[in-house]
Amino acid sequence: MKLKKKIPLIDQHDKFGMWGGKFGGNFVPETLKKPIKDLENLFNKLRNNKSFIKERDGHFKSWIGVPTRFIKLNNLSNHVGGAQIWSKVVSDANGGAHKIYNATVHCLLAKKAGKKFIVGDTGAGYAGKMLSMAAKKFGLKCKIFMGAKDIKRQQPNVKAMKKNGAEVIPVYTGSQTLVDAVSECMRYWVANCDTTAMCVGSTVGPNIFVKICGWSTSQISRELKVQIKKEFGSIPKKLKLYNCVGGGSSSYGFWSEFMDYSKKHIELIGVEAGGPKNSKKHAAPLTYGSKLGILHGAMQYVNQKNGQIEETESISAGLDYPGVSPLHCFLKDTKRARYTAASDEEALEAYKLVTRFEKLRPSLEPSHAFAVAIKEAKKFSKDTVFCVNSCGDSQKDRNILRAKLGKKYDKFN
Amino acid sequence: MINLISQAFNKSKKNNRPALLTYTVAGDNTKKKSLDILKSISKYVDICELGFPHNTPIADGGQIQTSAYRAIKNGVKLNDVFKIVKDFKKSKYDKPLILMGYYNMIFQYGENNFLDKCKKSGVNGIIVVDLPWPENKAFSKKCKKKNICFVQLISPTTSYDRAKKIFKDSHDMIYYISMLSTTGGKLKITPKEILTNYRKIKKINPKKNCVIGFGITEKSIGKLKSADGLVVGSAICKEITKSIAKRQNPVTNVSKIVIKLKNRIL
Repeated sequence: MKLKKKIPLIDQHDKFGMWGGKFGGNFVPETLKKPIKDLENLFNKLRNNKSFIKERDGHFKSWIGVPTRFIKLNNLSNHVGGAQIWSKVVSDANGGAHKIYNATVHCLLAKKAGKKFIVGDTGAGYAGKMLSMAAKKFGLKCKIFMGAKDIKRQQPNVKAMKKNGAEVIPVYTGSQTLVDAVSECMRYWVANCDTTAMCVGSTVGPNIFVKICGWSTSQISRELKVQIKKEFGSIPKKLKLYNCVGGGSSSYGFWSEFMDYSKKHIELIGVEAGGPKNSKKHAAPLTYGSKLGILHGAMQYVNQKNGQIEETESISAGLDYPGVSPLHCFLKDTKRARYTAASDEEALEAYKLVTRFEKLRPSLEPSHAFAVAIKEAKKFSKDTVFCVNSCGDSQKDRNILRAKLGKKYDKFN
Repeated sequence: MINLISQAFNKSKKNNRPALLTYTVAGDNTKKKSLDILKSISKYVDICELGFPHNTPIADGGQIQTSAYRAIKNGVKLNDVFKIVKDFKKSKYDKPLILMGYYNMIFQYGENNFLDKCKKSGVNGIIVVDLPWPENKAFSKKCKKKNICFVQLISPTTSYDRAKKIFKDSHDMIYYISMLSTTGGKLKITPKEILTNYRKIKKINPKKNCVIGFGITEKSIGKLKSADGLVVGSAICKEITKSIAKRQNPVTNVSKIVIKLKNRIL
């Protein structure tokens, strides 16, 4: 298994849609074969179409607000000591997280396909919130599937979705979290694929959804590359890119432009959700060596027992998923990226530290990445540049933060 | 050796009626009850489909999901499913039985191991919901080697050209999905429209046995009689759920429903 250079990772799959002959693919009911093929054809036609790219970039610029900031966290770096810690503040994007890129592209594609309805899944509520925003902007009717447990813990985003006119459909099956929301959303699409477009909220699902999402979030690293060169004159000799990994959409987007560099030069570190310290449950299939299996149409490493998908546990709804993108499975097996996990407690500690020293409020998802970056920074000298993708804003987590850390962490600037 | 599945179709054709296929979930609501249900309904049914439960089913509606969750909660694993099949076949060797489920269960068990166990316990056919053509080519060949019928699925979204290719790689039986829906959805189109679509597909090779499933109930089954076979699943799972809620015996209640279904197609 080997990574190819000069070809985007999203295109390095075989004719069955598998990366490294092992991950991804299209394990879907027959009914979905045609809508998936249609979406593939449309996407392949449009992704190289100049006027479509212009349209996309126009929306990215005027509506999403690109580029998002690339800032040095001086106070945090000084406090921690060691490597310089920087952050790409992707939460600057309209709506407060990276999910807006994928949602916008899916709505554009749905419009081109002549669809009037769009459905999507959501865990933390960001994918749903952004899809509802984009759907409203592009005049599509929108339904969002969300686990009942997540609806309870991510109320601010639920309210936002409803305000945007989306119908939020609670999912009561299984663990009532993201995994069940994705299943229910796919079932809905099976029954309504003639009139309705589906947006999968991350780089997971059947092959084409992995590709579209990765293509969309790649905006992050395109910006970052320019910003780094501008800041340092060239790419620093030792650069490390930290990103949380749930499904893996923000991390893929954060890394995609840097794949061809050696890992000694630019190291890619993915941080999964380790769950509560004293719990056996986690959402870290790559870190803890989960077995290969099929979830939501794709072969991937996934938490499972006797063929049944296992329940996960994490304080961050956005990372609370038993599987992980086939792209990350491929990056793990080719050793291009390194994966590790942070516990709920470590993420909360990191949140406290970052907000104490900086005017930055990462949501619980990127707080996992900060936890590992802070831990590792001490081992390096100042010429090493750490960059953490702050891919979401903690506004949505205010209830959890208040309950776990007390009232003073509930303030937002 | 002709597969029991083909024999069942020949028999029902001789009697000028479609074959009746039922779907129940192994271990719903207990291992023993699901075996009793199978044994009891097999008197009226031509081919029994038995689901092996999975907890992230992407093509099943509420009724079958409920049955599957019940079975999983009862601790049903693939080995239990094979045990149920074996026990069933001890007394009903001639009744064809098809296992139906999702690919991850088979993948985790190991394809070869799974097929060996199928052969040993007496399984006659396999339906894998999320292993479409052409991804299923290798597995379907392995099934053929064991004289197990791999059932290909065709849906209203399947193009004619694709359907032709699927037919070419199919075995004794093909499953036509009645409409765009998960299992057990309300019929969105009339039985007449379903049959029109069905006949177009059937024409590709009239010799192949092609059954219709998804959304078929007591109400609609009579109107679809001209098909080679008809599958009822969710309506039966629903009956089990109802029986449990009313504290009645699901075995008798399900049998009653199956008799009614059978009478509608005679």
